[in-house]
Amino acid sequence: MSEFTFKGNLWVLKDEKGNLIEDIDTDQIYHNAYLHITEISEMGRYALGNLEGWRDFPSKAKPGDIIVAGRNFGAGSSRQQAVDCFAALKISLIMAPSFGAIYFRNAVNSGFPVLKCAELETLVEKEKIKTGDRVEIDIGTGKSRNTSTGETFKEEPLSSVQRQIYEAGGLFAFGKRMEER
Amino acid sequence: MNKAGEMGYTVIEKIIQKHTQQEVRPGHIVWMTLDVRSARDFGGPNVVKNFQREYGDQPVEDSKKTFFTFDLSVPACSLKYADNQQICREFARRKGIKVYDVDGGIGSHILIEKGHATSGSTVVGTDSHMNILGAVGSFGQGMGDVDITFAFKTGKTWFEVPETVKVVLKGEFKAPASAKDLTLFILSKLGTREAALKAVEFYGEPVKELSLAGRITLCSMVTEMAGIVGFVPETNDRFLKEIQDLSGVEYMPFAADTDARYAEEIEIDVSGLTPKAAAPFQPTNVKDVKDLSHVPIDSGFIGSCTNGRTEDLKAAADVLRGRKVKEGVNLKIVPATRRVYSEILKQGILDDLFESGAVISNPGCGGCAEGHIGLTGEGETQISTANRNFAGKQGKGNNYLASPQVVAASCVQGRIAGPEDL
Repeated sequence: MSEFTFKGNLWVLKDEKGNLIEDIDTDQIYHNAYLHITEISEMGRYALGNLEGWRDFPSKAKPGDIIVAGRNFGAGSSRQQAVDCFAALKISLIMAPSFGAIYFRNAVNSGFPVLKCAELETLVEKEKIKTGDRVEIDIGTGKSRNTSTGETFKEEPLSSVQRQIYEAGGLFAFGKRMEER
Repeated sequence: MNKAGEMGYTVIEKIIQKHTQQEVRPGHIVWMTLDVRSARDFGGPNVVKNFQREYGDQPVEDSKKTFFTFDLSVPACSLKYADNQQICREFARRKGIKVYDVDGGIGSHILIEKGHATSGSTVVGTDSHMNILGAVGSFGQGMGDVDITFAFKTGKTWFEVPETVKVVLKGEFKAPASAKDLTLFILSKLGTREAALKAVEFYGEPVKELSLAGRITLCSMVTEMAGIVGFVPETNDRFLKEIQDLSGVEYMPFAADTDARYAEEIEIDVSGLTPKAAAPFQPTNVKDVKDLSHVPIDSGFIGSCTNGRTEDLKAAADVLRGRKVKEGVNLKIVPATRRVYSEILKQGILDDLFESGAVISNPGCGGCAEGHIGLTGEGETQISTANRNFAGKQGKGNNYLASPQVVAASCVQGRIAGPEDL
């Protein structure tokens, strides 16, 4: 385990049929009705507020929890709020097989860990990971473990830029660090 | 130019090369300079807030390359948006930044019209459809407020050079099929996987012949294909004249190297293309209009960054001229920009639209983000020329996506219909 290890309980975003939900777009994550809000602390209550079956997520989520989502998570708009709303709930990280391009950048820039994990679909389908499981995710090495079941799995480790920005604490801090050099 | 013995470059790679010192190959993360950085009334106030917190009274990197464009809630229809726009205006005054205010229209279109987004340029803004600028050969990219704040301050951004997919269109299509039907057809073939996180280059007669408006329609929906940006390198004389007359800037043609490397080459035959509509709740859920003729509609929307140009509104007017929107149906029309508004006014298009019974508003984004044109209520079925029909996006109703012609015809019939059904 490296210094970048997160321990938390999982929320696996499945639909009513039990499938991992794909293509969750930013309007489902953080609806455009609340785009005028600029205070991050006010955004948490709207997280997943337009995703069928998950509207009560903000009241159930606990600080440190980890989200698992289907491919192309965060498709759609450029709104930073769709990342910030999870930061407001103190969600520690989000894993998905893939992310919307802008969503992924937005998360990287705000120092919010997002991890790509190709194995997720299989792990979820075989119920090797499920909501409520406790996991240890090492974002530095990409090696992780489901401590509830003992199952181990891998994610794509952070890219060099992602790691530098994350270590600095976000794009602004990273930019200032670059200037000082 | 590539050095002897090296593989050639795709369009996106060549544009990025012009804006970075680092080696450009897919997967490389490079720092690139930005020719234009912009923010809207959505995202803009967050940019201001970030900027003031992080950089205090420092100047933006180049105020002449920095813009605000208000297009979402124009004029502001909530106090919060009014406050947010004023926050941007006051910041802009202090920093010497030009504001295209609530009268202007959709920011990405204004950047084309005013000659800010030119072929080969790099442009960012708080608009996920900023990649419509691919229509004029510009690498436009939507970004969140952290990225845009950083761009305002430094004029730079980091970017992972994407792979490129080459899509070659075969066959030909003709009326009643339009550029929107072509776009929906391509979207139905590529889905959200084929082009995901990649740049797309479109080739072949069907796209070569597209007008500026048609190119905008196609390139705007690369976002819905989950792609980074789309380009149509091949041009025609009409398009060249349109873009030069509109922007006042000479259009510089661009091309990929002949030995450029593509992640994939996909061939799509568009022969016999018929009018299409994307059914709720995914833009990729594309069906033939004739298979949806049983669907009654309550409202129609013509506009958005995808179909809000004069040519789009004229196509609708050609269907609506001498006809009436069916009693009980509401048709809402929003020109993309003030320039488009002026053109439809002077060319008599506005009159045809008005006489049909449509509501015509001032320019802007309109319905896409709870804008000034209103929403759909629960149980309401709307057919729209916009680019997204995700559940709950434009109110609680069900949204179908189609061409201006199909939306116009559907509003006359009161059910989903193509122009040939009238």
